[in-house]
Amino acid sequence: MSKFRSNGKREMPELNTSSLPDLIFTVLFFFMMVTSMRDVEVKVQVKTPTGGSEIEKLERKSLVSHIYIGPPSKQYRAIYGAAPRIQLNEYFAEPEAIREFVISERESMYEKDKPLMKMSLKIDQGVQMGIVTDVKQELRKARALNIVYSAGKDKKD
Amino acid sequence: MGKGKRKVPGLNQSSTADISFILLIFFLVTTSMDTDSGLSRRLPEWDPDAVEQEMKIKERNVMTVQVNKNNEIFVKNGVINRVIDIAELKDIAKEFIANPDDNPNLPIKEDYDIEGYGVVVTTVKHVISLQTDRTTNYEIYFQVQHELSKAYSELRDAWARKTFGKHYADCDEKTEQPVVRGVFSNKISEAEPKQYGTAQ
Repeated sequence: MSKFRSNGKREMPELNTSSLPDLIFTVLFFFMMVTSMRDVEVKVQVKTPTGGSEIEKLERKSLVSHIYIGPPSKQYRAIYGAAPRIQLNEYFAEPEAIREFVISERESMYEKDKPLMKMSLKIDQGVQMGIVTDVKQELRKARALNIVYSAGKDKKD
Repeated sequence: MGKGKRKVPGLNQSSTADISFILLIFFLVTTSMDTDSGLSRRLPEWDPDAVEQEMKIKERNVMTVQVNKNNEIFVKNGVINRVIDIAELKDIAKEFIANPDDNPNLPIKEDYDIEGYGVVVTTVKHVISLQTDRTTNYEIYFQVQHELSKAYSELRDAWARKTFGKHYADCDEKTEQPVVRGVFSNKISEAEPKQYGTAQ
């Protein structure tokens, strides 16, 4: 019977933590992979409109270039005024600069991806259509015909 | 001098976990996995010597949606000609696109051969012309675009359910969805900005 009798004093076996760093490294690598650090500082205030069922997610980030349109943020108001401006990369730009922008964006893509290029227009709700139309006309001239009106999804849908 | 064989002291690795934790937390914080979303559109080709093309489209096939500077939505087609509320737009558009009752004032229905399916009777020639003013609010414009998209996708969904017995989203991406898209293909034309000439 001594087989089953407890010894009275039992010690908790020590947990082997030697594989813990490996586990954490795996998670770390995952996050390193999916991380994309914001590469441009958005200098305009953009609150995109929201829509319901028709809003689609953009699948491949590498195909997408962004054009921001909106009133300059507070710290830039003094220089640029409060009227809506276009931002390409880091800079405020005139509509005429879009063609250059499209060309340089296209240059940085793989050959096979070039026809799939998408321009995501992040436009503030309060902007008037005039500037949007100008941008669209320039995009047509630059043959960047796939556009996305960037928008969020309504909570209720 | 030495004993020849020396033992390399084992490195204490107990802090590796902590270091990687710190890195992990850094990446956790900086990660933004949010994906962009929005409403996809395709712009028409730019044709530099496009002389104002004559509208050869029959009047019954055209629906004009105008959003003026006061953000009022004015709709004109064969059966309606007035300012409407945004909530009405979808149903008006659906009736216009599908023309379910074969109304002679709404787009003509014709046989249309769809690759991979066959002939369907649909309003191939309809056009929705969307016009805005330079001072129209973008938000309203977006909502109009969204409602028109919704009209199309609801019609597609209904047709897919009738024909294939399932929702459009469940149809096969390679074979069935293009057919459904062919039946109700997106014909939203954004008029050239006229009043200020073609830019430049």
